[in-house]
Amino acid sequence: MELFSAHDVVKNFDKFRALSEVSISVAEGSIFGLLGPNGAGKTTLIRIINQITAPDSGKLEFKGRPLKAEDVYQIGYLPEERGLYKKMKVGEQALYLAQLKGMSRRDAMKQLKYWFEKFDIIPWWDKKVMELSKGMQQKVQFICTVLHQPELLIFDEPFSGFDPINADLLKNEILKLREKGATIIFSTHNMASVEELCDHIALIDKSKKILDGPTQEIRQQYKSNIFEVEYRGDYHKLTQKLSDTYQILAHEQSDPANKLSVQFINGSTPNDLIRGLLEHVEIVSFNEIIPSMNDVFIKVVTDNKQG
Amino acid sequence: MKKVGIIIKREYNTRVKKKSFIILTLLMPVLFAAVTILPTYLATMNDTEERTVAVYDGSGIFLGRLESSEYTKFHFIPKEDYDKLRDNLKESNYYALLAIPPNVINTNNVQLFSEKNIPFDLKNQIDRNLSSIVEKDKRSELLKQAAVPDLEQKLEAARTNIHVNTIRVGDKGEEHKSSTEIAMVLGYIFGFMIYIFIFIYGTMVMRGVMEEKQNRIVEVIISSVKPFELMMGKIVGIALVGLTQFAIWVVLFIGIFNVAKGFIPDMSPEQAQNLMAQSQMSGQMENVAQSSQMQEIFSMMSNINFPLIIGCFFFFFIGGYLLYSSLFGAVGSAIDSEEDAQQFTLPVTIPLIVAIIVMMNAITNPEGQIAFWFSLIPFTSPVVMMVRIPFGVPVWELLLSMALLVGTFVGTVWVAGKIYRTGILMYGKKPTWKELGKWLTYRS
Repeated sequence: MELFSAHDVVKNFDKFRALSEVSISVAEGSIFGLLGPNGAGKTTLIRIINQITAPDSGKLEFKGRPLKAEDVYQIGYLPEERGLYKKMKVGEQALYLAQLKGMSRRDAMKQLKYWFEKFDIIPWWDKKVMELSKGMQQKVQFICTVLHQPELLIFDEPFSGFDPINADLLKNEILKLREKGATIIFSTHNMASVEELCDHIALIDKSKKILDGPTQEIRQQYKSNIFEVEYRGDYHKLTQKLSDTYQILAHEQSDPANKLSVQFINGSTPNDLIRGLLEHVEIVSFNEIIPSMNDVFIKVVTDNKQG
Repeated sequence: MKKVGIIIKREYNTRVKKKSFIILTLLMPVLFAAVTILPTYLATMNDTEERTVAVYDGSGIFLGRLESSEYTKFHFIPKEDYDKLRDNLKESNYYALLAIPPNVINTNNVQLFSEKNIPFDLKNQIDRNLSSIVEKDKRSELLKQAAVPDLEQKLEAARTNIHVNTIRVGDKGEEHKSSTEIAMVLGYIFGFMIYIFIFIYGTMVMRGVMEEKQNRIVEVIISSVKPFELMMGKIVGIALVGLTQFAIWVVLFIGIFNVAKGFIPDMSPEQAQNLMAQSQMSGQMENVAQSSQMQEIFSMMSNINFPLIIGCFFFFFIGGYLLYSSLFGAVGSAIDSEEDAQQFTLPVTIPLIVAIIVMMNAITNPEGQIAFWFSLIPFTSPVVMMVRIPFGVPVWELLLSMALLVGTFVGTVWVAGKIYRTGILMYGKKPTWKELGKWLTYRS
């Protein structure tokens, strides 16, 4: 079931078109990756979902009905450009932000206690934000985003500014939130984390959506018949043998097994390759190479530029 | 609406709890008191040092006539001692040496020698004493020559001091004693206070908006509330800070005034008057005139419509503040840094500065064309109208001015809201005026 969807959203700033008929559909309980190069229109779309700006045209639906003003209580947003009041105390500030999200002071206190204990940051409560390091501030900000237990969470570059340990902590928290039923829209340039976290992605470039689908399917879709073989046997003989039929992308001698990476060019199948190999060498492993999200991203955006 | 309340609360609390606010609020009346009351207090303190002044009277007309006062004694010395003393003044017990030349009646000059700086009061005392003696002598010489019987008494009776009573005639012909001076002072105080308050708290709104933009917290907040709610919450919260400060000042001023009354012995009207009369060394006639003037001031004070003035002060303060703070807020949203502020605040502050210039004119001519028009124009009316009110303003002018002010601040708040909601999300480049205009047309 879908929790949120946008249909044909258009947004112009003066003569500049920021979004051009973009549609996305975010399934309940999933992590949805919103990708795209800088300036593609991601932030504009995220602001529209948060009702910070209104689209010029297009429909927005939340839980199957048009998005309402009160739905902001059900959304938690961690913007890329984030910050807190520097001179305000951490606890006071978290309470303030929670109350603006419609929580009562009492509920906010209860939730804050839970999160401060969980992150082991109770001593920070009475500190001013400016006394905390950037990473510490990010933690506080993360808590403020999820505190009101929103059904839809929007994270824009959540890992920037975190060290690897804290980034991992955060990643696990995001996964736990999904387990508890939250739906997450996740925008990042870090493709490794997209592969790891996202069930579904949409890629926006130059104000248009140019790619949309489940992460694994998209990677399958962009594979280009590349196989990697590890074998034991004569390196030079094999190179000679294969170079007529296949394009050899890489071939290296190493211990205990040599590594070969080939691409099929004229309709041959993996079985043909295995048959050919069996005559000469001993196969240790045989894998099809599925492109990383990074490769997909670069390919799609580069093609879009040329086309 | 509930969320605006939460925002107002935060804006108010964070500012009122600031150390700088508390210190300034408490210190201001103390400083003010120090500046105004202390000199008065010191002036009333008597100089209690006993001084003996040696007098060498070459003319011989002052002997026995120069009266010693409580703390200043005059001691006449002969010529021989004078020469000796002049060289050894330091070793002697005399504080100073007064040398009167034989021809003082013609030259009007005497010399006062001392090792120390002669206090102003002492110099004055000698000056007055000598002058009055010489004057008396010259006068009686003239009177003798004129040979008119009882001329002295007649001249005394002829001394005149005409006092102008200003009376304001009301619409129905009723008369009010009025005082241009009191109206001027009140007009000046209230007009200037509105100017200062609008300036301080208007720029406070601007800095608050800039802080949120620079901290990048604004995007988090407007994902919970509408930008307009955030802007209004801030404007109202800061207005309450201003009113709090004003209220504290009023209370403190009243308190300090009462305490100060205890410190200064001569604060009752009669005594204060005596003090003035003494210091002026004036005759009986003036003294009487002054005491009636004092009574007049009190009666005129009671004729001034303070509830109207205070009521109008709050109205024009809030109206003017809303007008300007919304514009300052819009400026704060459009810029990234303090340095860019100059270019955009200037057009906002120019009308305010015009208002203060017109105020100077309106004080001397509250019914003039300039005062009339600028007290209707909403950008200057809070200051200029406040100056005119103590002089009395026709009801229709007051109501028209108020209506125009309300209409205009509704307009500026609307315009500011439009610029604000776009400006707070624009980072990096400094916008042009043309771009600000375009922001007005963006959909929210």
